[in-house]
Amino acid sequence: MNLYAPILALGGIAAAFGVVSLVAGALTGPKRYNRAKLEAYECGIEPTPQPAGGGRFPVKYYLTAMLFIIFDIEIVFLYPWAVYFDSLGIFGLVEMALFIATVFVAYAYLWRRGGLEWD
Amino acid sequence: MSSGLQLAADAADKVPAPSIEYGKLSPMLIVFGIAVAGVLVEAFVPRKARYVTHLVVALGGMAAAFGAVLALIPGVKDSGGEIAAVGAVAVDGPTLFLQGTLLLLGIVSVLLMAERKLEPGGDAFAPQAAAAPGSAQEKEAAAAGLRQTEVYPLAMFALGGMLLFPAANDLLTLFVALEVMSLPLYLLCGLARRRRLLSQEAALKYFLLGAFSSAFFLFGVALLYGYSGSVRLDRIAVATGGAMDNDALLLIGLAMVAVGLLFKVGAVPFHSWTPDVYQGAPTPITGFMASATKVAAFGALLRFFYVALPGMKWDWRPMMTGVAIVTMVVGAVIAITQTDVKRMLAYSSIAHAGFILTGMIAANEAGASSTLFYLVAYGFVTLGAFAVVTLVRDAGGEATHLSRWAGLGRRSPLVAGVFAVFLLAFAGIPLTSGFSGKFAVFQAAADGGAGSLVIVGVLCSAIAAFFYVRVIVLMFFSEPRADGPTVVVPSVMTTAAIALGVTVTVVLGIVPQPVLDLADKAALFVH
Amino acid sequence: MTQTLVSAASGALLATGEGGPGLHSVPATGVFDATWLVIALPLLGAAVLLLGGRRTNRFGHWLGTLLAVGSFFVGLALFSAMLDASDADRSVNQHLWDWVSVGSFQAEVGLHLDQLSMVFVLLITGVGSLIHIYSIGYMEHDENRRRFFAYLNLFLASMLLLVLANNYLLLYVGWEGVGLASYLLIGFWQHKPSAATAAKKAFLMNRVGDLGLAVAIFLMFTTFGTFSFDQVLSGNAQASGGTFTGIDLMLLLAACGKSAQFPLQAWLGDAMEGPTPVSALIHAATMVTAGVYLITRSAELFNASPDAQLVVTIVGAITVLFGAIVGCAKDDIKKALAASTMSQIGYMILAAGLGPIGYAFAIMHLVTHGFFKAGLFLGAGSVMHGMNDEVDMRRYGGLRKYMPITFVTFGLGYLAIIGFPLLSGYFSKDKIIEAAFAKGGTSGYVLGSVTLVAAGLTAYYMTRVMLMTFFGRERWKEAPVGAPADWHEPHPHESPKSMTLPMIVLAFGSVFAGGLFVLHDSFVNWLTPVTGFSEGDSPFSEYAVTGMAVAMVALGALVAYVQYARREVPAVAPQGSFITVAARKDLYQDAVNEGLVMRPGQYLTRMLVWLDLRGIDGFVGGLAAFIGGTSSRVRKVQTGFARSYALSMFGGTALVVAATLMARMA
Repeated sequence: MNLYAPILALGGIAAAFGVVSLVAGALTGPKRYNRAKLEAYECGIEPTPQPAGGGRFPVKYYLTAMLFIIFDIEIVFLYPWAVYFDSLGIFGLVEMALFIATVFVAYAYLWRRGGLEWD
Repeated sequence: MSSGLQLAADAADKVPAPSIEYGKLSPMLIVFGIAVAGVLVEAFVPRKARYVTHLVVALGGMAAAFGAVLALIPGVKDSGGEIAAVGAVAVDGPTLFLQGTLLLLGIVSVLLMAERKLEPGGDAFAPQAAAAPGSAQEKEAAAAGLRQTEVYPLAMFALGGMLLFPAANDLLTLFVALEVMSLPLYLLCGLARRRRLLSQEAALKYFLLGAFSSAFFLFGVALLYGYSGSVRLDRIAVATGGAMDNDALLLIGLAMVAVGLLFKVGAVPFHSWTPDVYQGAPTPITGFMASATKVAAFGALLRFFYVALPGMKWDWRPMMTGVAIVTMVVGAVIAITQTDVKRMLAYSSIAHAGFILTGMIAANEAGASSTLFYLVAYGFVTLGAFAVVTLVRDAGGEATHLSRWAGLGRRSPLVAGVFAVFLLAFAGIPLTSGFSGKFAVFQAAADGGAGSLVIVGVLCSAIAAFFYVRVIVLMFFSEPRADGPTVVVPSVMTTAAIALGVTVTVVLGIVPQPVLDLADKAALFVH
Repeated sequence: MTQTLVSAASGALLATGEGGPGLHSVPATGVFDATWLVIALPLLGAAVLLLGGRRTNRFGHWLGTLLAVGSFFVGLALFSAMLDASDADRSVNQHLWDWVSVGSFQAEVGLHLDQLSMVFVLLITGVGSLIHIYSIGYMEHDENRRRFFAYLNLFLASMLLLVLANNYLLLYVGWEGVGLASYLLIGFWQHKPSAATAAKKAFLMNRVGDLGLAVAIFLMFTTFGTFSFDQVLSGNAQASGGTFTGIDLMLLLAACGKSAQFPLQAWLGDAMEGPTPVSALIHAATMVTAGVYLITRSAELFNASPDAQLVVTIVGAITVLFGAIVGCAKDDIKKALAASTMSQIGYMILAAGLGPIGYAFAIMHLVTHGFFKAGLFLGAGSVMHGMNDEVDMRRYGGLRKYMPITFVTFGLGYLAIIGFPLLSGYFSKDKIIEAAFAKGGTSGYVLGSVTLVAAGLTAYYMTRVMLMTFFGRERWKEAPVGAPADWHEPHPHESPKSMTLPMIVLAFGSVFAGGLFVLHDSFVNWLTPVTGFSEGDSPFSEYAVTGMAVAMVALGALVAYVQYARREVPAVAPQGSFITVAARKDLYQDAVNEGLVMRPGQYLTRMLVWLDLRGIDGFVGGLAAFIGGTSSRVRKVQTGFARSYALSMFGGTALVVAATLMARMA
């Protein structure tokens, strides 16, 4: 049973963090409601202008976000490979080149289909 | 903490370069390759040439992959199957049998997706999926005659995932395959040209519930890893053999993984997405999902239970028996009151999932081989039936309401006759593949000691036969409606797909033996 | 199965050191290759006439007759080839094609021609051809003559298949085929309700018998694993006595149906509703003798079960008397002849039940009976033809002057059937009476006495027919009681040549066939290789039996003479004693059938219909409604909300996990 004790503790801490933050915010923060507070939260910047009656985000926004993810994931795999570069040898090199090429295909698609042009 | 670091440091010296058997993986590699190539086609080939290029790449690639499957058969026959890619992938009889089936179904599906003669504006897919339904952009895109071709690479990614799904020999690969298979399907579901809101709703539901089920699956994987210390199926099997005081981890884990897989096959109570998604998705995609996804998912289910948990037979059989019974009963009973052809076929596919589970639960070699055979028979009938649905149209697109099909047999005897053949096969009438398949799974189940399942199965077949035959009666013995739908003459691609479906249905009904023998020989899993 | 049978057979062969009289055949070669033609020719005729429709109206009857005659000539060629062959080569087997071949179930379509089937082929095609010729004249004014000939050809083909089949399954096909042809021909004038009813009655009663044949075949297959004559009848088939008795009794049931034997005799009298040539061919000369063929063919099976044989003789004896008594009281000439047929076939069945001492005589009587009974029926038809289709003998009288040829041929047939010395019937019936006594024991005496009494009764009722028709006052000149206003006196006249010619030919057969058959025992010697033969030992000498028989015949004829020649025949049947009344009503056979079978059957049917409607349909309908209702209710769960779907999945997962854990607990 004590094998799982750390896990339980971790779960407890995570739950407590969520509850404590919300409760603390509600208790301590000032409550001044305005229109901006009802907008969707976008990293603190002004929400993207909306088409009339829509309430939608342009898809382009997500395209950029996903482009970030492509490279983000690439990095995730590049780090461990770099650490074990010596032992993986030529096999690792080829595989990683293939991986980067594949990821690059997605980039090429985004670029060709105009995902990088904002307007 | 320090010991953990030490461990990592030790590992750093020892990590060997893994060996990848590219030849054994070639069917999957080829399909993933053409999927990536499809993305490049989309990026670099001029708009006008894309359609043809995609078709050539996809069909050629699938044919090549099929050739690769055939080329792998002799080796597997000799060795009885091998485990490739450091334990991640099993290349054995069931893998090759299902991969071959999936590739054939994929070829037929792509033919259906490529049909451009039926819909006046283009094909079955939205001119611009990103445009809001009913918006000005959409009208503009439709007026401009836009036709998107992303469906081909998407379908190829999905197919690649499906090929990997029944071959995956560890739970993580299984999960990756599941997601690779599912994500493109979520997207494809939302691409219908007509009734786009319904289509998008279907896609969203499928995505949400799919993600939900993936969570269960992943949780189950974690528990099984926690129990056995490995994600490899064969090692889990070894671990279940050892004496452990607390099996709760194992039992809960296997149930959770089963939930994830049962969601994909559409078994009750994880079936609720099926009717909505089958109805909303573009019909060629529905056909692809109903046939190929089911084949792949049952392959994975078979491997999971037969390779990882053969020793747990007495633990999972009661649960799976219950699921199979509920699935057959609910599928057959609810199908009776359906008024939409696609929804009816969706419930029929649920009932068939129950029948296939019956074969699987036999938990012997006959169970595996009969399930494999049923999957082939069922896959082609389903694709053919949905292909026929695409032909019956009126001003609003496909006329899927059953009342609109009244008297179809009088006006288009050929199309109605073909549909009748498929319905008879669904019902399991002799001289169709459906009969051979049902006979095989029920026999296997009876031999495997699941007699109660066979009884329920036969009763449900009788209930199911009612609504299939009702459609036949509707088509042939009702007066045609004056404003009834017309049957559009398709291009050679849909015709070929339907013809293949009918041929397989009839041939497997009259001379099932060669394919039964093949399934028999292919039914041995490598451990 | 087959293997063991063959080895068992060879073992038995070694043990006894002889083949026995069982069936052995050689493959067909030479002329025998043409055996299939015998069947194919009439079958072709039936096909052309039925499929050709009205286009063949003009020449249909000629084509049908030609093919029947052609078949007869093929039969003659086979016969001459068989005469040339040695005894061992006379039994030939012609394999045509494999019919069904599934696992151990092997059915072939093949023909078996031996001395026994040869006799039948000649009788069927010979008499058949004559009756085809006769029908050309008789049916001249019938607008459906082509259809009639088509059915006749169909009958010939089926009957030939029945006697030529080399296994019981194929025999069954022919058996059903003749049943069908008989049904179609009895009901040929289906515009008459009586004809339609009679056809239905014949068909239904035959079904009872057919069931027996079917069960017999099932039993054979389960016991021997085959139904080919070569194996079942090889004389070495192994089974328990009870099994043999079972098979034999089922075969007897079949024979009773087809041959109108007690207790399935009731249909034959009504079958006279068909055209007279049909009565002559099917219901006198050939089809009704199929039962005798079946028993004789299955001799090996019957020899194995004395109990079954005893039952066969009892059935024969009852029918002999039954038919004779009914025949004495009938005023309808055809029904009187039909009762006589029943009685005469009773003789044959009785003889066949006697075993090897009787088989050959059964067949001999069958052939001679074929001649004289067909002749008698054709004569009756000829009389009716000249008398405006009148059948009541009380409306006949003194016709000998008007139709001399009919009178002479009918008269010769009459002499033959009563067993007038040196005519056909004399020899064949005499042999049966001898054989019955030769059976020995009490049963021998009883059977012999029955046959003797029946011979006297035969003489009585046939003399009655003869006197009422051709002698005495010309009663047809007076208007019958209650005659319709447009009644007019018939003008009896002789029939056309196409009708008299067959009658003459048959009369020759009636006179001489019996004598030829007993000359040097040629007929018995001919059949012995197939049926076997043993003398038996009679308590009386041959002459004593003959003397008694002739005395009985003379007595019967004398009584009839006193009653019907010395006294006036009343135009309306007198009341008569209770025996006469009973005989007129066919000894209440229909009442018995109604009371024992029909009424209970109807009640049973009504009960089943009620059960079906209330019970089964109610259950099925209720079940369907229940499932449909369930479906409507359950489909409401499908709300379309992803959240409720997710909830159901969650609940499902909980259940699945719980079930898996529970399975371990349990």
